[in-house]
Amino acid sequence: MTQDLLRVENLQVTFSTRHGTVTALHGIDIALKAGETLGIVGESGSGKSVTSLAVMRLLDRAGRITGGRVTFEGRDITHAGHADLRRLRGSALSMIFQNPRAALNPIRTVEQQIVDVLAAHGKLSRANARTQALDLLRAVLIRDPEARLSAYPHELSGGMCQRVMIAMAIACEPVLLIADEPTTGLDVTTQQTVMELLARIQAERGMAMILITHDLGLAARWCDRIAVMEAGRVVEQGETVALFEAPAHPYTKRLVAASPTRASTLADLAPPDLARDAPPVVAAPRERKPGTPPLLELVHVVKSFGGPTRAVDDVSFQIPRGGSLGLVGESGSGKSTLSRLICRLIDPDDGDIVFDGESIARTPAREFHLSPRRRDIQIVFQDPNDSLNPRYTAFDSIAHPLRRLEGLRDGPALQTRVREAARRAGLPMDLLERFPHQLSGGQKARVGIARAVAPRPRLLILDEPTAALDVSVQAVILQLLDRLRREDGIGLLFVSHDLNVVRMLCDDLVVLQAGKVVETGPSQSIFQRPQAAYTRMLLDAVPYFDPQRTELLKTA
Amino acid sequence: MLTGILRRVGRRLLASIPALFGVVVVTFVLMRVLPGDPAVFFSSGPSAGKEEIEELRRSMGLDRPIPVQLVRYLGEVATGNLGRSMTTGQPVISDMTRRLPASLELTCTALFIALMFSIPLGVAAALRPGTAIDHVVRMLCTLGVCVPTFVSGLLLIYAFYYLLGWAPDPTGRIDIFASAPPDITGFFLIDFALKGDWEGWMAAFSQLLLPACTMALFVLAPLARMTRASMLAVLGSDFIRTAHAMGLSRLRIIVAYALRNALLPVLTITGIVFSTMLGANVLVEKVFSWPGVASYALDALLASDYAPVQAFVLLMAMIFVMVNVTIDVLYGIADPRVSVA
Repeated sequence: MTQDLLRVENLQVTFSTRHGTVTALHGIDIALKAGETLGIVGESGSGKSVTSLAVMRLLDRAGRITGGRVTFEGRDITHAGHADLRRLRGSALSMIFQNPRAALNPIRTVEQQIVDVLAAHGKLSRANARTQALDLLRAVLIRDPEARLSAYPHELSGGMCQRVMIAMAIACEPVLLIADEPTTGLDVTTQQTVMELLARIQAERGMAMILITHDLGLAARWCDRIAVMEAGRVVEQGETVALFEAPAHPYTKRLVAASPTRASTLADLAPPDLARDAPPVVAAPRERKPGTPPLLELVHVVKSFGGPTRAVDDVSFQIPRGGSLGLVGESGSGKSTLSRLICRLIDPDDGDIVFDGESIARTPAREFHLSPRRRDIQIVFQDPNDSLNPRYTAFDSIAHPLRRLEGLRDGPALQTRVREAARRAGLPMDLLERFPHQLSGGQKARVGIARAVAPRPRLLILDEPTAALDVSVQAVILQLLDRLRREDGIGLLFVSHDLNVVRMLCDDLVVLQAGKVVETGPSQSIFQRPQAAYTRMLLDAVPYFDPQRTELLKTA
Repeated sequence: MLTGILRRVGRRLLASIPALFGVVVVTFVLMRVLPGDPAVFFSSGPSAGKEEIEELRRSMGLDRPIPVQLVRYLGEVATGNLGRSMTTGQPVISDMTRRLPASLELTCTALFIALMFSIPLGVAAALRPGTAIDHVVRMLCTLGVCVPTFVSGLLLIYAFYYLLGWAPDPTGRIDIFASAPPDITGFFLIDFALKGDWEGWMAAFSQLLLPACTMALFVLAPLARMTRASMLAVLGSDFIRTAHAMGLSRLRIIVAYALRNALLPVLTITGIVFSTMLGANVLVEKVFSWPGVASYALDALLASDYAPVQAFVLLMAMIFVMVNVTIDVLYGIADPRVSVA
């Protein structure tokens, strides 16, 4: 019998908060053999990060291990002293984190930070510290490694920061690497290269890995075994293929159902009990009469921020009335700039923006709030947490545009309109008096949508509205948006880097690269027959939920 | 890099000229609006006749309309003439150059002492938030802020001079019977050191210690509280967790990772504290008979002596600008995220 590299038995963790102690982990059991990859999946708050931090003994002051045992390489490290832990961390047992840029010290160079890790474990030879750091950067396949040595984290892209982070984590040749959401927040193509890099390093060095992720597609593709966590418990674990093929626990079933596959449609994503706010609707045939002007038309729009390249370079497209258009591209492709241009928060340098047959590009952005068109074009922002005023109740947030744009006073009229908007966004009425910190992520997203639909817009711009949400919440929000479009005829401009979501929601697609349109057309045909190389690359990188790994079999 | 810094300093200094001009004008007008007639104050006595006062007023140029006076004053300032003090009879410039080093020496020493104590205290409080250390530091800071400097100064004199006899008598920068060092920089500690007179250096230093401590006590709070808050924020950040996960030693994490990042906002506060100390701690100068610029300006203000007050405000404004530029440059060096250009 081979010895387990890491064994976690009945691990319990509690946090002391202002409202007493909260139990975060109710007895976790997981085990991992050398060289193996274990995926821990679950939604936010399920305790998957707490598990990894408890194993590393990195819980903050409020968190405490109250029971159970963590055994690493046959040693009980549950109550190991500081000195023992320090020797272990970063050498035999290492970790990489979500949000790599914040995980690196902003005022130390890449070289200094890598050297710090080597020095901490006595692996540094003073004479060729630089060469050692350089070799590590080469191992993580960073372009132009010599130049990167003296760079600071803010000078690197998110993907490069994660590579530096990996270089630090593998500097002392660990036998186990814990990767806590290593690709969340990165572009799909970067996600793929980072995961490929991790798999390669793992294979080369025979390293075991725990991959913590909310993305079932990612876990299914890269892990040998999966543990599913819900509310501080492991509800199910097993071999990846077997587990996802025949999930036994209802929570796993729900997660699997909510994860988009290559062929899933919006209706597939959420089981009936979750979709109660969004009853299935019969698709009304949308009229596309020739002769009526499109809802929105962009004509050779150009925007530059003074740099050597244009942020938006000669972009033209149309959205028909009640149509939906997806705007996809990697970060820096100009999609956010474009959405701000259309929302008239900034002015284009050249070209025209025509809304319902009327040019709106000539009204300066700072005066656009006076235009009657302001009501017609509304936006839902990416981060549901940061885009709500923490001192406003949900009611005030939704009432704000009504007060400002329609001059409604407090009274029955305002009440009716806010309730109507909340109903359309599927927000329960009893939540209207709550403040943002009293709402869940999905509820906050609904407040953001209700606020945007309150002035009865005709075009809704959605800037990555589901990027920060769990898959089951994302499924419900997507269905809600689709219903708004079908029932109320609101045109949707959906900005996202998640092509799968765009495919399900949007009729048409515009692919942007470095400010230029590289491909445009109906979503289905682009997904089936991408023309541009860039589009193909984006499509290949999408981590579909594909438990049978047809992809891997094909390439193998 | 260096040319970038120089260019930025130059730009900042140029940009501060309108502000300085505004300060000059506002001070000038304020002095004229305030009650009090310098001519009456400086005439031979309470019995001075009306003609004598009129004569004095004419010789001081006070009979002219205020705009005319202002234009003339601006012209003089532009040529470097800040006027003559009626109280000392000396040109304001020479009074200032004699007294400014005294104030600067006191303030710099006080700031140094304050930083020496506040940063370790703030770090200690941040490392153990909510414990006895944290509460003791908080109490010290509260005391420092609550007790007015003239009270804490007098208490220190009472304890160290009267009761213990450790400190020399609190009168000025040096014992009245000792000889002052040669006037090289105006900073006694530096001048004595340059001359190699270590006995004199010790004498000047012991004179300096009590007033400097009094001043330091007052600014301990903002510096220590800022260090604590910023250290707490940094200790909670992701890259500190990374450093722990990579097995770096505790000392290295606290000093090289946390403290260096935490000191950035403290640097900003230090600049503000320095400028404030220089002008606002007039009470310390008064209590210790310290011949500094602040007490000089206060005397002039009470005597309705326009020229020294106006010169003092201008000087403070210029020092404020200089300190801010210096802090900006230091910040740019300490934090690579701030672009130098």
